[in-house]
Amino acid sequence: MSTLSVQDHGVVHHEDDHGHHHHKETFLSKYIFSQDHKMIAKQFLVTGITMAVIAMILSILFRIQLAYPDKAFPLMETLLGRFAPGGRLNADFYLALVTIHGTIMVFFVLTAGLSGTFSNLLIPLQLGARDMASPFMNMLSYWFFFTASVVMLSSFLVQKGPASGGWTIYPPLSALPKAMPGSGMGMTLWLISMVLFIASSLMGAINYVSTVLNMRTKGMDLWKMPLTIWAFFLTAILGILAFPVLVAGVVLLIFDRSFGTSFYLSEIVLGGSAQPFEGGSPILFQHLFWFLGHPEVYIVIMPAMGISSEVMSVNSRKPIFGYHAMVYSLIGITVLSFIVWGHHMFVTGMNPFLGGVFMITTLIIAVPSAVKTFNWLATLWRGNIRFTSAMLFAIGMVSFFISGGLTGIFLGNAALDINLHDTYFVVAHFHLVMGSAAIFGMLAGVYHWFPKMYGRMMNEKLGYLHFWLTFIGAYLVFFPMHFMGLDGVPRRYYAFTEFESMKRWLSVNTFITWAAIMAACAQVAFLVNFIYSMFWGKKTVQNPWEANTLEWTAPIEHFHGNWHGEIPTVYRWPYDYSKPGAEEDFIPQTVPLSQTMSSNLPHDFEDNPAGLEAHAKWASTQKSNEEVK
Amino acid sequence: MLSLLAAFLLLGTNMLMAQDAATDAAATAPSGDATPSVWLGPGYYVLIFVIICFVVGIVGKILRVYDLTQQIQNKKPINWHNVMGICCIIFLVAGMYGAYWEFAVQGAMILPESASAHGVKIDEMFWTTTVLTVIVFVITQVLLFGFLFRYRYNANRRGHFLPHNNTIEKVWTIAPAIVLTILVIFGFFTWQQITNSLDAKGEQASINVDITGHQFAWELRYPGTDGRLGETSYKLVSGTNKVGVDFKDKFSYDDLQADTMYLPVRKSIRLNIHAQDVIHSVYMPHFRVQLNAVPGLPTFFKFTPTITTAEMRRKVGDPKFEYLVYCNKICGAAHYNMQKVVRVVEESEYQAWLAQQKPYLTDQVKKDLKFAVTKPAATQNRLALNN
Repeated sequence: MSTLSVQDHGVVHHEDDHGHHHHKETFLSKYIFSQDHKMIAKQFLVTGITMAVIAMILSILFRIQLAYPDKAFPLMETLLGRFAPGGRLNADFYLALVTIHGTIMVFFVLTAGLSGTFSNLLIPLQLGARDMASPFMNMLSYWFFFTASVVMLSSFLVQKGPASGGWTIYPPLSALPKAMPGSGMGMTLWLISMVLFIASSLMGAINYVSTVLNMRTKGMDLWKMPLTIWAFFLTAILGILAFPVLVAGVVLLIFDRSFGTSFYLSEIVLGGSAQPFEGGSPILFQHLFWFLGHPEVYIVIMPAMGISSEVMSVNSRKPIFGYHAMVYSLIGITVLSFIVWGHHMFVTGMNPFLGGVFMITTLIIAVPSAVKTFNWLATLWRGNIRFTSAMLFAIGMVSFFISGGLTGIFLGNAALDINLHDTYFVVAHFHLVMGSAAIFGMLAGVYHWFPKMYGRMMNEKLGYLHFWLTFIGAYLVFFPMHFMGLDGVPRRYYAFTEFESMKRWLSVNTFITWAAIMAACAQVAFLVNFIYSMFWGKKTVQNPWEANTLEWTAPIEHFHGNWHGEIPTVYRWPYDYSKPGAEEDFIPQTVPLSQTMSSNLPHDFEDNPAGLEAHAKWASTQKSNEEVK
Repeated sequence: MLSLLAAFLLLGTNMLMAQDAATDAAATAPSGDATPSVWLGPGYYVLIFVIICFVVGIVGKILRVYDLTQQIQNKKPINWHNVMGICCIIFLVAGMYGAYWEFAVQGAMILPESASAHGVKIDEMFWTTTVLTVIVFVITQVLLFGFLFRYRYNANRRGHFLPHNNTIEKVWTIAPAIVLTILVIFGFFTWQQITNSLDAKGEQASINVDITGHQFAWELRYPGTDGRLGETSYKLVSGTNKVGVDFKDKFSYDDLQADTMYLPVRKSIRLNIHAQDVIHSVYMPHFRVQLNAVPGLPTFFKFTPTITTAEMRRKVGDPKFEYLVYCNKICGAAHYNMQKVVRVVEESEYQAWLAQQKPYLTDQVKKDLKFAVTKPAATQNRLALNN
């Protein structure tokens, strides 16, 4: 029973014939308007990394302002012109930097860059499909994303600067062009960019879901899917259900801004004159925004969780502990994430009773998160841990998730949130739990699947350097922020010089800024490694990490269709690492149980009475043979 | 590896060139009489960075050479798994010390004890949660990095095949669930107590204070001798009537304006929160009070200050200490400087202060509204006023 003897697949593949003949590919069709999921994944990755670098530079700019509020940096004026007159950032531009940093990181890097890259790369490869359900839509998804990125960045070129009402763009601030310069053209571009982005995200997500549901190879039932795929699948479902609500919110905001409606506006006096808006509610926008916004943070973290689970299992040479619990907790998080959005709004003036209800749902969601953490720890326990760069980043993800997750218990508690809301405590919390954790998940994925993407290995030593500098840097940046928050220092403040009580935090701010600069410089190690290895890295072998999943059975060289000949059949779950009785410490999913009689366990034959019988028979013969000896 | 160094070299050259350009820019940008500053210009830092890159490249090279010579001599090359395992332990120890240091040093810089009645409950819950989470934090991080060191790679060993264990999984699902349930129950009731705070029957009525946010300041309004605030309307806002007091309402005649928020100690205060243009947020961290000021949606927060400013000055050992109101919802360029001083004083001092405040109905407003004019004329004029 080898993989070649498989007959027809139960599912229909539109692209089956693609793999068999190599039609001529032009530069345009191969690298630009590619419909191959692997190329699209790389496009998402490179665009995502570019956006991440831009967002990181923005963050360094505003960190410099926070560390040295009274100093002038002539270079700043050279680079930013009217946004930094006299070498000092102006307050409006500071807010623009904060806003665009947040928007780019949350949406363009950690949603599109993370899901876009790894869902595209891994869903077909780990499920045994030749491509996505709709390669054309996949291509469109990338190009919508690219356009959205360009539009977002172009807002730096308009006269009054980019959107600057915070990444949550609460109206009326974002709705009234007179309220701040960034609410003019910059805000319009932000809204256009987001509509394009959501279109991209939806096309991607629909593709992921339909591919996962319809195009799995023979034998790949849902309970044999790697946790990465579970995570991408549930993330895509979240995206499909949540993003349209943001479109609704954004469209109503566009109406308020451009067509004189009052969905979000009421009783406003601006510049000394009463505005004609009546009957709207700014809180409505917040409900619509956070109905997406909260699932969004899980859209960001769940792929990172999936990637880390996979990477940690492979490099601990151990099955992931509690596979079913991991899947159920992902499902739990998916469902619960829709009913917790109100915890962003405890002090907005929303009915306090609702606040109480949202507090209960919010703290319930901590349970599946805790289960996942304990399961990761149990996966490491008595493993045989190989410290690849990817493994280190996956571990970093777990560490950040713990540190940041625990502070969520404070913020999810409505009574405690009264004093912590919108302070640096919140900044510290989400940068650890969804910022750093998700970025580390993404980097783990890049290091782990780089050989799959580019056919070459990345430099491990440089990866170690990158990891430790970034890991330590991130903790140095975000850990002290908790204490600033506990002192009641609000976020999104341009300078802390105006308040006597905040001045003592200036030295801490300077320290944080230098830690951030160090961490940012460490990314050069990654970029050099990434670009250098792409062209001149050591050539990879087919299965460099000795992993079980299906993507490592595909040939190293890329072609549209992934596998020559038949798509391999799957016979077992993806986590048979260090199975007692097996020759090697890993058994790929494509190896049938019939070839591994010595390592089979009765557990492997659930729902398979015939197999169990065969196993029992084999075990008894084995026993009698030994007795004979 | 060699080419890696080459890449660094190349990078270094680029950086040097960039640095030259940067220093040029820095040199040309400030005018001749620019004050000398401690800041040494970007070129200096770029140079440091380039040197670090070189050092990293050279160290990498040395390690590589060392590795190769070891291999040539048939000795074991560097075991990176051990190196990383040890790094993990060092990080754990250093990190735990760092966290301890933060708690000790920066933990001492956080807000002083709550200056309001409900804040005490919040603080109690905060400390309970802190103790619980710190315990979990230490245990999980120690396990995480401890396991990494303890179970680092060894070619002679295999991982322990342990796909699941239902008992232990049930335990660590139920245990956090119980802890969280306790926290939720306490949190829920505290939250209800804080927010369900309409004056109960028989209770002495709270002192109403209106606070109105606009870009970029807070306006205060105190009720006068009648103890009631008059109606307001956003349509009446003008240069002389900053919060849009409706002077058709007789309760408004004695409404007082104030620059500083004086509050009598141990008296229930009902802060009525309004916004005129965009969302602001009334944030008084020392009182554990925060609520957004939303245009079109008046809100209120009821609380009882318990520590006077004078007492708090003694407690924190700072004779200049003041309670403050900040704005804590992004509202525009000067969001970072929307402060208002709050003074908690004894009742007698409060009354004395209140008596000195000026009414909203100033002479100028009276003139504008033709208040002094006889009644029939006033009605005629009011029609015009409303339009």
